[in-house]
Amino acid sequence: MLGTRAARTGRFLWSAWAGMAGLSVFAAIWQLGHETYGSFILPAPAETLVSMVGLLADPENWRLIGVTAARALVGFSAAALFGTAAGVLAGYHPAIMRLARPQITLLLGVPPIAWIVLMMIWFGNGAGTVAATAAVAGLPVVFIGAAEGIAGRDRGLDDMSRAVGLGPISRLVRIALRQILQSLFPALTMALGTAFKASIMAELLANAGGVGAELASARANLDVAAALAWILLSVASLIAVEYGLLQPVRAEAEAWRESARPWGVKR
Amino acid sequence: MTVLQLEQIGHAFLGRTVLDGIDLAVKAGEMVALVGPSGSGKSTLAHIAAGLLDPRRGRIYRSYRHHGVIFQEPRLMPWATAADNIAFGLVAHSRKGCPIFRTRVEDAAARVALEPADLAKFPAQLSGGMRQRVAIARALIAEPDFVFFDEPFTALDVALKRRMQDIVIDTVAGSGLSGLFITHDLSEAVRIAHHIVVLDSHGRGVAGGRSVPSSPGERDDRMVFETAHAFLTEDRLFAHVNDYNERSIT
Ligand SMILES: Nc1ncnc2c1ncn2[C@@H]1O[C@H](COP(=O)(O)OP(=O)(O)O)[C@@H](O)[C@H]1O
Ligand SMILES: [Mg+2]
Repeated sequence: MLGTRAARTGRFLWSAWAGMAGLSVFAAIWQLGHETYGSFILPAPAETLVSMVGLLADPENWRLIGVTAARALVGFSAAALFGTAAGVLAGYHPAIMRLARPQITLLLGVPPIAWIVLMMIWFGNGAGTVAATAAVAGLPVVFIGAAEGIAGRDRGLDDMSRAVGLGPISRLVRIALRQILQSLFPALTMALGTAFKASIMAELLANAGGVGAELASARANLDVAAALAWILLSVASLIAVEYGLLQPVRAEAEAWRESARPWGVKR
Repeated sequence: MTVLQLEQIGHAFLGRTVLDGIDLAVKAGEMVALVGPSGSGKSTLAHIAAGLLDPRRGRIYRSYRHHGVIFQEPRLMPWATAADNIAFGLVAHSRKGCPIFRTRVEDAAARVALEPADLAKFPAQLSGGMRQRVAIARALIAEPDFVFFDEPFTALDVALKRRMQDIVIDTVAGSGLSGLFITHDLSEAVRIAHHIVVLDSHGRGVAGGRSVPSSPGERDDRMVFETAHAFLTEDRLFAHVNDYNERSIT
């Protein structure tokens, strides 16, 4: 078991290496843009990295990133919890699904900026507004992921576990929830990204501190280097949360898929 | 003593009648084979008898302790190893932590000729026959006193099929197991059952039943072959079963 885990980590690091190659292409295009338009419009990638390292030297900035990440995670957790619960319910009951579908379309259709305005009126300019915006932004994706997972489950396994003598709660936990992971995880990954983006946007508009407020002040000072550095930092913190938290859980739960794949098709 | 009795069972899917007026009884220590053409509602009847499906009409009386079900498909959990799938048969009966747990899983696997090395594999890494054997082990590990078999050995090759049939015969003779064994293979029915029941080809009641002479453990290959042949050629009751076999070849 430990061996397969080590192998998985090794493969992951290898693919991270490949990801670096992709990023360097991006950096090259960025560099090209810098050389065309100059430092004022678009600072060079190297310059941005330097100012990002400069930001990281200040512990106060670490605290700001922590504040934003915490708000995003609170919103994400709420979305994950409520979205999954509602999605499972709707997956089991087509009637609830029919009632919920229009609400989901509605939620998806309302632009996040409108939510921020509403939340600011309801919760004021604080952490509550930011977290609530993140939650609302992530909710529909999680709901759809969970509902699709339940609706597309293998009903044969339900009958099987009933025949083995399992009660409804155990069946839900051991059979149904286990099966929805496949469609739930991509949804959770997306909701996490959305939560980060929505948090920063809410912070910027509500001037609620965190990374968003720093971005706002960078804009006020026309400090493009600082703005880019903060953007880089927020992307980095999202990546850290996703690959430090979400993906390991997923890899653990979906280990069987890895071994089910034919030989030589490991990615 | 009757351990399972079905009375006037009827069922319809989306308004289309699949089963109607089915009467069937299984006595303690008796293996009843149910034969009938494909689509005649055998699986539906097994699901109803096992309590997995509520019939539209009729009554079911059960007086066994607890049953096991072997489905037509293996129905394994793809995320669990063969060992965990077999152990799933015990979830409702004992704790996973108890020490005899592992040995029980290994014993159940050995009974269906699964090697210890296969126990760590996931279903996707097993052959079709191995998957079905895992499913059989899962149903038998909790030592049920009644088993529903829904064409369980169709995916197995001839040698393994014989071995599995012998396990069923031995368990019935040794531990007083009763069961309902659904099959479309008449010689299989003749080999392991005390009594054969033929379902009407449209599920309209039971067409009839025949007892097989002597008891399952005592029948040799020749007797099985001749009895099945005699049923097929001389007994009007089995005409439809023969129909089905001919159709399945083409
Ligand atoms: N869940 C279902 N919904 C609708 N029709 C079904 C369902 N299950 C079985 N049937 C129909 O019921 C009939 C009997 O099926 P089944 O019991 O599987 O037959 P057998 O096992 O004898 O081959 C078939 O015509 C099949 O199409
Ligand atoms: Mg069937």
